[in-house]
Amino acid sequence: MMQGVLLITALLLNACAHQTDYRATGDLGVVIERASGSLQIINTSQHRSLSRVSGLGDLSHASVVYSRDERFAYVFGRDGGLTKVDLLEHRIAKRIVQGGNSIGGAISQDGTMVAVSNYEPGGVKIFSTDSLQLITDIPAEYAPGQFSKTVGLVDAPGNRFVFSLYDGNEIWLVDMSASSQPQIQKFKGIGKAPYDGLITPDGRFYIAGLFGEDGMAKLDLWHPERGVQRILNHYGKGTDKLPVYKMPHLEGWAISGEWAFFPAVGHHQALQMNLADWQLTRHIATHGQPVFVMSQPDHRRVWVNFAFPANDTVQVIDTETAQVIHQFKPGKGVLHMEFTPRGEQVWISVRDENRVEIYDTQTFEQIATLPAQAPSGIFFTNRAHKIGL
Amino acid sequence: MNKLSVRTALIASVTILLHNNAVAEVSKQRGEEIRYTVRQDCGSCHGLTLAGGLGPDLKAKRLQALPDNYLSKVIKEGIPNTPMPPWQEFFNDEEIQWIVTHLKRGTL
Repeated sequence: MMQGVLLITALLLNACAHQTDYRATGDLGVVIERASGSLQIINTSQHRSLSRVSGLGDLSHASVVYSRDERFAYVFGRDGGLTKVDLLEHRIAKRIVQGGNSIGGAISQDGTMVAVSNYEPGGVKIFSTDSLQLITDIPAEYAPGQFSKTVGLVDAPGNRFVFSLYDGNEIWLVDMSASSQPQIQKFKGIGKAPYDGLITPDGRFYIAGLFGEDGMAKLDLWHPERGVQRILNHYGKGTDKLPVYKMPHLEGWAISGEWAFFPAVGHHQALQMNLADWQLTRHIATHGQPVFVMSQPDHRRVWVNFAFPANDTVQVIDTETAQVIHQFKPGKGVLHMEFTPRGEQVWISVRDENRVEIYDTQTFEQIATLPAQAPSGIFFTNRAHKIGL
Repeated sequence: MNKLSVRTALIASVTILLHNNAVAEVSKQRGEEIRYTVRQDCGSCHGLTLAGGLGPDLKAKRLQALPDNYLSKVIKEGIPNTPMPPWQEFFNDEEIQWIVTHLKRGTL
């Protein structure tokens, strides 16, 4: 009898413990709070913040990638910090300081490696996603004793990583498929001062934006033997470049059908290009220097935010007509926009007003406002399954 | 020297020191605005803590070796063919001098 009671009690306790454990992460995300070294874990179905995780160091210009099970966020801090945050337990699972000055990272196709791009010391380091132990260090030495800041680091199919050398004017393709020994292919003289890079959503083309000249450098990862080709040369020809108060981002190129939309540099324009022949098809006049030009998941519209001093405004461009169809002012310091996986909402960080605004992408109506301390990047877990994010 | 003249001398030398450092007159509120812009917007290239990023670090230790008029010129006019833009549209000469002084002191 006594034994029976004990057994039942044990079974009940067991059941309770398991029940409280179940939770999925597909509608979660994080909002970076850049000034306070913290992030908020948010839920996109409930439009609310679940908790705040602190102690992540200097998060100015921080970015995030997700483990393939969407449980862990890897946060790349400016101070070289790499922090693995557990979205279920709302805590830091592991944190290392791997460099002096960093600028983002990427996760490998198989999810086992996370790569970090460093300004200081210039290069890329690759870590185990599990333990954050160093797998390999790739100093970006482009001339004897000269190390470059690395930018535009993305993952590519075949367990490869691609990045650009800002000071070295090169693109490096790193193959991590064979073993922990990287096979590095270097493409030199790709153009002056690559400032960011992107990979097309199919993982085929790596494109580096050039600050030092008009145009971009394109590498076909199906045919790396063909080398880097220049595209969009002289897209700003005949017009004086305007000062750029914040470097545009190329991440997640807005691709819609046969078109790609992206920020011009030094011109208050979004550019439209035909992907079939990589020719520029349209200059779309915008409110300021675009920073992010981002496509809704359905590609029907692209949303654009701007550099200082126009950073209180967002414009929406219809991809079919390439016209600006909506303009609004979420507030001072609009830094980032993130769409829910199927795109019915967009979350917008308004840094100077300490809030995140959630909008309906169909009606442009505001859905909710969440308080946040100087919010910058917003990253939802569905990025886990997208090449290049 | 009696107490009074010591005090007068002290006040005089402090006044001279302040003038030598050429702290431009900027109201407290405007100072806060500039501080915020430097941290947040200059910080997008130079880092929120001014420790450097795509642009070089703006820590006092490095800047102290550079002349005021050079730093003022860079802020005012930018550096051609680099990402450093001119800021004269947003800050007047006095405000730029104020930024230079505070950057060199490490008080921004």
